[in-house]
This record gives sequence, structure tokens and C-alpha cells, in this order.
Amino acid sequence: MKSALLKGAAIGLLATSLVAVSAQAEARDTIQIAGSSTVLPFASIVAEEFGNAFPEFSPPNVASGGSGTGKRLLCEGVGEDTIDIANSSSKMKQSELDACHTNGVMDVREVVFGYDGIVFATGINEGDFALTPEMIYKGIAAQVPVDGQMVDNPYTNWNQVDPSLPDQDIFVAIPGTNHGTREVFDIKVLEDGCKAAGLPEMDADAEKAACSTVRQDVVVEISGDYTETLARLQANPAAIGVFGLSFYEQNRDTLKVATINGITPTLATIASGEYPVSRPLQFYIKGEHIGLVPGIAEYVAFFLSDEMAGEGGTLEAAGLVPASADFLASQLDAFNAGTQYQP
Amino acid sequence: MSDAAFGDIDNRSNKELRELVHKNLAGRHRREAIFRTLGIAAIAAALGFVIILFGIMLSKGLPAFWQANVHTEVYFDPDVIKGGPKPVQEAGQSDADYQQKVLAWQRTVTLSNWNNLVEQSVRRLAPDLEVEKRDVLAIITSAARFDLRDMYVNDTSLLGKTIPVALLASADADNWVKGKLPRDLPDERQQLSKGSRDLADRLLTDGSMTFDFAMHIFTNVDSRSAPASAGLAGAFMGSLYMMLVVIVLAVPIGVASAVYLEEFAPKNRWTDLIEVNINNLAAVPSIVFGLLGAAVFINYFGLPRSAPLVGGLVLTLMTLPTIIIATRSSLRAVPPSLRQAALGLGASRTQTVFHHVLPLTFPGILTATIIGVAQALGETAPLLLIGMNAFIANIPSSPLESATALPVQIYLWQGNENRHFFEGRTSAAIIVLLALMIVLNAIAIFLRTRLEKRQ
Repeated sequence: MKSALLKGAAIGLLATSLVAVSAQAEARDTIQIAGSSTVLPFASIVAEEFGNAFPEFSPPNVASGGSGTGKRLLCEGVGEDTIDIANSSSKMKQSELDACHTNGVMDVREVVFGYDGIVFATGINEGDFALTPEMIYKGIAAQVPVDGQMVDNPYTNWNQVDPSLPDQDIFVAIPGTNHGTREVFDIKVLEDGCKAAGLPEMDADAEKAACSTVRQDVVVEISGDYTETLARLQANPAAIGVFGLSFYEQNRDTLKVATINGITPTLATIASGEYPVSRPLQFYIKGEHIGLVPGIAEYVAFFLSDEMAGEGGTLEAAGLVPASADFLASQLDAFNAGTQYQP
Repeated sequence: MSDAAFGDIDNRSNKELRELVHKNLAGRHRREAIFRTLGIAAIAAALGFVIILFGIMLSKGLPAFWQANVHTEVYFDPDVIKGGPKPVQEAGQSDADYQQKVLAWQRTVTLSNWNNLVEQSVRRLAPDLEVEKRDVLAIITSAARFDLRDMYVNDTSLLGKTIPVALLASADADNWVKGKLPRDLPDERQQLSKGSRDLADRLLTDGSMTFDFAMHIFTNVDSRSAPASAGLAGAFMGSLYMMLVVIVLAVPIGVASAVYLEEFAPKNRWTDLIEVNINNLAAVPSIVFGLLGAAVFINYFGLPRSAPLVGGLVLTLMTLPTIIIATRSSLRAVPPSLRQAALGLGASRTQTVFHHVLPLTFPGILTATIIGVAQALGETAPLLLIGMNAFIANIPSSPLESATALPVQIYLWQGNENRHFFEGRTSAAIIVLLALMIVLNAIAIFLRTRLEKRQ
């Protein structure tokens, strides 16, 4: 009996190692997607519906991890053990594209499928915030100009920053650097606010540092997803959190949104470009994998269809700010023509 | 110094000594009382935390097992359902060709406006209520249209018939009728429109909306587009495959190395080094194994990302030290007289070990295995690094297909943006995972007591 046990174990061991070896030979038939947690809900919905609409393909796998992580995974190389599509809420940088090229990924195509707004929200019972990029910059930058001199940020309360703001301690939860949202936040909020604040004369490097360095005492950088930011707000309702519009839309009962330059973020104000802090959402496709992994071209076409990303489509109901039908069609044409992404 | 102390005692009278002991005694009694109270307090605190944890989880999770369903009748309208009759395989038609035809037919059927059927069947419950189509559809999960499609694809004779069905309510409608959102919130803060809310209330009061046990938590896979029908089946299968890999690999390797090290290996510097390393391995944080798995199994060996096989391999590395250490200690507990008797009767060392020593250690090995597997079942961190945190919309049919695992599913659900619905779902998933753990541990205790009795 004991030897039978041993034999069984040996056979099991052998079988598993055989499976492991044969895995290398087997072709992958499921599209692998990773990246932005902002794009994740949209991509997951499309993946699921894609599986329903195309019974011959298995539904793609969509992983989170942040835009930066997604682009890094995409650029790891060509082959079955690398992903096919990277979701991203920020544009691919030249350095990221260079990493792709060094690792042999020469064919990178971009598809922009819609827009997202970045909203600033507090707990539902807090004061009303009418913010401008300048106020946010003054509230959270490490050094701010006071009487023409750069000094360590002296403000502790929002009404010190601007008398029109509520009497509330400054505490802001912003996305970590692994999120695409952070990049848009840096450019559209901090840099713009920095310019509006009127820095004293200094050289370009110092100015860049002054515009992008946030103070560490009242600013917390969230590397997880928006539920972590929401948890911070629940622990400290006076905090201001940075969210994607779609997340806010799903949690309107617990969150109160701040206006930026007097504009309330809605689907309409973001689509028209009135609301200043918005960004395009996109995904990057590894061209080398088209045809190798079945269904990539069909997935892209399905994603850009009226039914999904179009106005009145499934993704709009999930909080995406839709792009016009003409724009989506032009994106699909460029993808099919194999147009290469240029930063 | 001790000499001086003794000398000191010697110089005292008996009375003084007795007083000294008495004074000391009160202090010793007091210290014992303090220690006992602290011990009881520690246990009470630990139990209190467990009770609070379970209380919160059960109170949040149990209601999630019952979900709102709308009981109605659906008319499979021939005017709505497109695609015509299902193709039949003709004589001489190749299988591939036939498959193509069936796929094309299925796609046409899918493109029919199933939402119209859903809308009609809900409307017939409240024909007098004036609500927009969008408001009607908002209270039913968007997966309902695929459920109806699947009913039709499986049985095309339904065309033109009216069949009673239970349509699952959407997550927002479920939140509303369960009172998760305050009823007095203004319209712009509600997830459902006024029309949808009235319709849901109406269906609830006239009894066509009831709370039924949500079997689909166990039979469906995760879902983003229809959160109400999200289930654990995919994650469960992923965990099952991983545990199979762990058992098949970790038990034989772990037991074999333990037997060799304990019974055969010479005791020298090398075996000491190996022993120290095995003990160290047991203390390595699991996230490190995840990094190793990503670097070795995925990047070097080229195994697929997100596959339970890779997860199983990583968890095997984690479980090995547990099994080796436990097996070695149970081997050490076997009395040496048994080995000496066997050797004295002429058995070889291998015979001694496999016929007489190892069988006595089965209860120990079994316990170690099950505890190791239970630990591996709840492990999350290494799986995040090998891509098992992806959204996967189908049940894996082999350990090589992408999957999630139960603890990862809990992590994914707690991150979902629909907080009101998924807080309950997350707790429900935790209850399922804990129930599995308790069952595993119960099996371990049961088998151990049985095997020990037999011996």
C-alpha cells in the first residue's frame, strides 16, 4: 500500500511536469490586457460583452495595476508570455515607447475610445468647494510664493488659501505616480495652478520642481484604486479625494463634488471641454500579436462600436464620456491601417 | 554576590526569616493573580475581536446571499427573435462548416433585441405604470437578455411560447429595495431614476419581486457589466486547480525530503546548512515567492500569465517548508526502539522506514498537508504578481487557462466602484472562503483522530 502511494505520487509529479512542458508549445487563445484602473471597468465590460457577442473567441482577461504598469508589461517583449493590450489613462511617453523598441516591440498602435474627467470630492456632509487649479496648487505644493518669495507652505486651512473656501483643514488624497490620473493631475492642476500663482523669477529646473513637488504632511498618495481613496475620505470626511468621474457617478450618495473654475464635472461639460481637468482614455495594442492571438482586431472594432463606446452605448451608462462617432471611426481606420503611435 | 546573600540569610534569626518569606509570599501570590487576570483578559480580547469580525461579516454578507428577483412571464416573440431556425447538419456537410453555420446563427440570435422581451415581460406586471423603457430595463440585470438568449438557443421550440421566468434584479434595484441608499436622497444623488424606483417599489409590494437565494453566486463567474449576477465559480475553479497542483507537488517532494533528511542523510555541515535554509524558507514572506514565480515560471519558463498552474507552483514553494518541518518532527516523535527492533529482525533501513516508521507519521503528515493547503488557499499577495488579479469572464477548463482565486476575488470585489452592492458581495465571498477553510480543518481533525485511534 505504501509503495502504491509512492508510485501514485511519482506519477502525479511526472504528469504535472509534462503539463508544464506542453504549456510552452500550446498557443494562447485568450487576449491578455492590463493597465489603468480607470479604464479597467470599461475594458472589463467590453471583454465580457465581447465573449457574449463572439462565441468563437474566449473573453479577454483584463488586469489592473495602473497605466504605467500596463505600458511596462506591454513593452516587455513579443511572445505569448507578454500581454497584448495596455489600457492607459495617460499618453505613452517617448521613453516608454523607446523601452518597447529596445525589447523588440516595434508595432505599437494607439486607440483613443473616450474621455474621463478627474473630479475632486469630499464627504457628503462637508462644505461646498469651488476650487481653481491655483487654490489646489497653493493648498498642496511643498513651497508656495508669498510676497514674491518661495517659502515652505504655510497654509493649514482651506480658508487661509482663499477666503471663499470653507473652514476646513487641508488634507488631500491624490493618486500615486503609478496612475495615469496623476500625470493629468500634475499637468492640468499643479502646472496650471503654478502658472496662475505667479512664481518669482527662477531657472527652468527650479520652476519645474516647484510646480510638481507636493508637501508630504497633508497630502497622501494613493497607489491602490479609488476605493482606497474613498476609505480615506470615510476615515477623515474633511479630506478631499481625487476620483475618476465614473467612480464618483457610482457613489453620488456619499461624495460631494467640487467645481473647478466654476464648472461642475458632468458628461456634458467634459465632452464639451468646458471642465478643465479631463483626459482621453486609450489603449495600446501590440501589432506583432495581431493574428497570433485570435480576436484582437475584432475586440478593437467591437470596443469602438456604437453599441459600446459610442454615444448612448453601454460604456456611457458606466460613466465614460463618449467621443463622437466620426472620431471613433477615424480611430478604427487608423488602427486597421496599422498607423504607428507617435508621442 | 550570592555568597554574600546567603551569608546574610545565615546571620538572621528564624523569626526574621519567616517574616521575610511571608512578606515575599504575598507578593508572589499577587504576581500570580495578576498573571492569571492578564491571561484571561488576553483570551477575552482575542475572542472579542473574533466575535466582532464574524458579527460584521455575517451581518453584511448573509443578506447578500438573498437577491431580489422579478417573477414574470416572457413571451418569445417571433417578431423580435431573429436568425430563423437553428441550422441542422446536412449529409455530406463537414463538421467545421456546420460549426461555422451554428456560430453565425448564434451571433444573429444574439443581435436580436432581447431587451425588448425583458421590457415587455416586466411591463406586463404593472401595465398602468407609465415609465420609460430605460427605467424598466434599469431594474433588471443586463445579463437577463443573455439568460433569455441561452434559454432560446438551448430550446428553439420556445419560439412563440409564453414561459414563466425569474429575472434577476439589477444591483442598483437590489440596493434600493434593500434600503442601502437613504430613501429621502434627492433624485440627483440616487442611482435609479424616479420611474425605476416607483416600479421597483410597486413590484415589491404586489409580491412579484421576491428575495430568492442567490444560487448564481456559486454557479456564475465574475461580471462587470451585470454586477448583480457576479459569482464565484471561476475563482473557485482557479483555487481548486491551484490546490490540486499544491497537493500533487508539495506532498511527495516535502515528505521525501523530510524522510531523507531525518532517516538517511548523514549529520554534517551540509545537512545542517540545508536544515537552516528550510527553516528560513518557512519564514520568507509570500510576496517574495510571487516575485520569484513571475521571474522564473512566467519570464524564464514561459508559462502563461494568470494560470492556476503557475499559482500552484508558487504556492507549492510556500507550502513545502511547512510540510517538511511537520513531517520531520513527526518522524522524530517515532520511538527509536521501533527502528532498532526492525533493524534487529533483519529489515533494511529502507524497509524499516517505509514499513514501520512512516505509517506512524501519517496523521502528522496529513495534518501538515491540510494546514499547508488551507494556508495556500487563503494566500493572495503572490497571486497578484503573477497576474491572477485579472478580470476573467469564463470558468477555466484547465490549469493552463487564466483564472482568479477566491481570496483574489475578494480583493477585486472590495475594489468595485458600486460600494453598496459589493460590500455585501465581498463579505459573502469571505464567508464562502472561511467556510471552505473550516471544512478543510475539520477534515484534518477528523482524519487525524481516526488514524490515531486505528494505531
